Amino acid sequence: MSVNVRIPTILRTYTDGRAEVAAEGATLAEVIADLEKNHAGIAARVLDDQGRLRRFVNVYVNDDDVRFEQGLETATPDGAGVSIIPAVAGG
Amino acid sequence: MRRVQTRRHSAHPEGQRERPVEVPATILPTARSWWGRCQFRLTAKRAVGKMRRKGLATMAVQTVETDASATDSHSLPVDLGPATALSCRECGERFELGPIFACSSCFGPLEVAYDLPLGDAEALRKQIEAGPDNIWRYAPLLPVPADVASKPSLNPGFTKLVKADNLARELGVTGGLYVKDDSGNPTHSFKDRVVAIAVEAARAFGFTTLSCSSTGNLAGAVGAAAARAGFRSCVFIPHDLEQGKVVMASVYGGDLVGIEGNYDDVNRFCSELIGDPLGEGWGFVNVNLRPYYGEGSKTLAYEICEQLGWEIPDQLVIPIASGSQLTKIDKGLKELIALGLVEDKPYKIFGAQAEGCSPVSTAFKAGHDVVRPQKPNTIAKSLAIGNPADGPYVLDIARRTGGAVEDVDDEQVVESIKLLAETEGIFAETAGGVTVGVTRKLIEAGLLDPALTTVVLNTGDGLKTLEAVAPTTGQSAVIRPNLDSFREAGLA
Repeated sequence: MSVNVRIPTILRTYTDGRAEVAAEGATLAEVIADLEKNHAGIAARVLDDQGRLRRFVNVYVNDDDVRFEQGLETATPDGAGVSIIPAVAGG
Repeated sequence: MRRVQTRRHSAHPEGQRERPVEVPATILPTARSWWGRCQFRLTAKRAVGKMRRKGLATMAVQTVETDASATDSHSLPVDLGPATALSCRECGERFELGPIFACSSCFGPLEVAYDLPLGDAEALRKQIEAGPDNIWRYAPLLPVPADVASKPSLNPGFTKLVKADNLARELGVTGGLYVKDDSGNPTHSFKDRVVAIAVEAARAFGFTTLSCSSTGNLAGAVGAAAARAGFRSCVFIPHDLEQGKVVMASVYGGDLVGIEGNYDDVNRFCSELIGDPLGEGWGFVNVNLRPYYGEGSKTLAYEICEQLGWEIPDQLVIPIASGSQLTKIDKGLKELIALGLVEDKPYKIFGAQAEGCSPVSTAFKAGHDVVRPQKPNTIAKSLAIGNPADGPYVLDIARRTGGAVEDVDDEQVVESIKLLAETEGIFAETAGGVTVGVTRKLIEAGLLDPALTTVVLNTGDGLKTLEAVAPTTGQSAVIRPNLDSFREAGLA
């Protein structure tokens, strides 16, 4: 499965400034692992030491917040858009 | 984005905790060395180069000019008064002042750190009391330049603190009950406070367009402040807000965009826009200017204490949307204590939510340290944030101070709006109904002590949410224009 991942500004140092990169994986966990393979260091910014999504990171697969779905096990269909977004906005 | 210095809290290494830790954002004046100031200048010059590469010419030029004009050791590249840096509330990492809002290491929220005017409390108190009747009287404690009061602004704040004796009798409060009525602000909500601070940050960073994600009140506050201060505005709201808020947000002439979705969808959209060339050069007051914006809520704490004769109330009941307001009121109270402006005494902070959007109260009552997002479904739309950014910190503050977080259903919200109106002549928006309703519920549960001084916040005007009470209000009778008809109606 190939997906497009939207990268927030504060992580673009890992993607040579690119706002969107391609990644492979059938689940979000696999997509993040593939991101790490091509952009070393990025996974540690998104996941904590226990391998969970950090508290202040929101991830969407298409329009769905993965916290309302299956978290890291959320399916990432071919062609899906994955957005990583800082959670500290708003209010 | 450059790091100023790294400072981790040894007790809570990154990623190894469930609950937040409060890392002090403010350092004592003596802790900021000459070397530290030099580092500020060095990193600022690097930032200027980076800004130029990104095409933010205005921002770069402004920073260069400010830096070149620095003549003493206290001058900073960006003049935001006593603000010295941004500090990650999660891991303590520090960054130079700039339009950033999330820590590049752990995504934690950034907040403003200061060199506060510690020392002569009496002189500071007199300086504040001699200041203007708006939030700028507290300029020495805010991230704004010293001459802020001379700039075009809506000059919000110093709203009434109403001694609510009638409501107190109704609720059985004997220790003194006050309503901080922020409907008296220029656009009739507390949002004018936070936007006024964000405008100063937007000026400092060279933005020309102001924007935000909003549940309604903020959109109006940004539109009005932009009109007054000479910015373009383009704000984003859920498409189905109350008519009063839509009208108020659009009347000031800026662009108002309805998004097909709830507030969390709008917030997500704005967070994506900010990382796209489409949003480059925009100051989103509650996204990339959020660290500064949030500081405006501290003025609620300052005013309440000053209006009580420089005393901290025993208990405060505060509505929760993102949780930012509650956390900043707590920050303001702690600053007043540190500055010696008030006596250091315990206080309890209570949070109030609507049952239909109660992620924080649900977590509090379940004993959780993390907040699970919810899909909002409540008439209290100004509080309808299902994924509250500062929710974990609200939990921490409520527990630290001995307070609580509670919620009321929509029917109780409406009843409470009417109760406040009927007892005190204050017509609150739905958020005010939530705080009054939760206050009653907390008293009945024995969590809020009626024998202690209590301040309840009303953060907005009921005229903006007429739909909430319209079904249960109206004319007592319709009569012909003569005395017999009036007599027959039984209203004499």
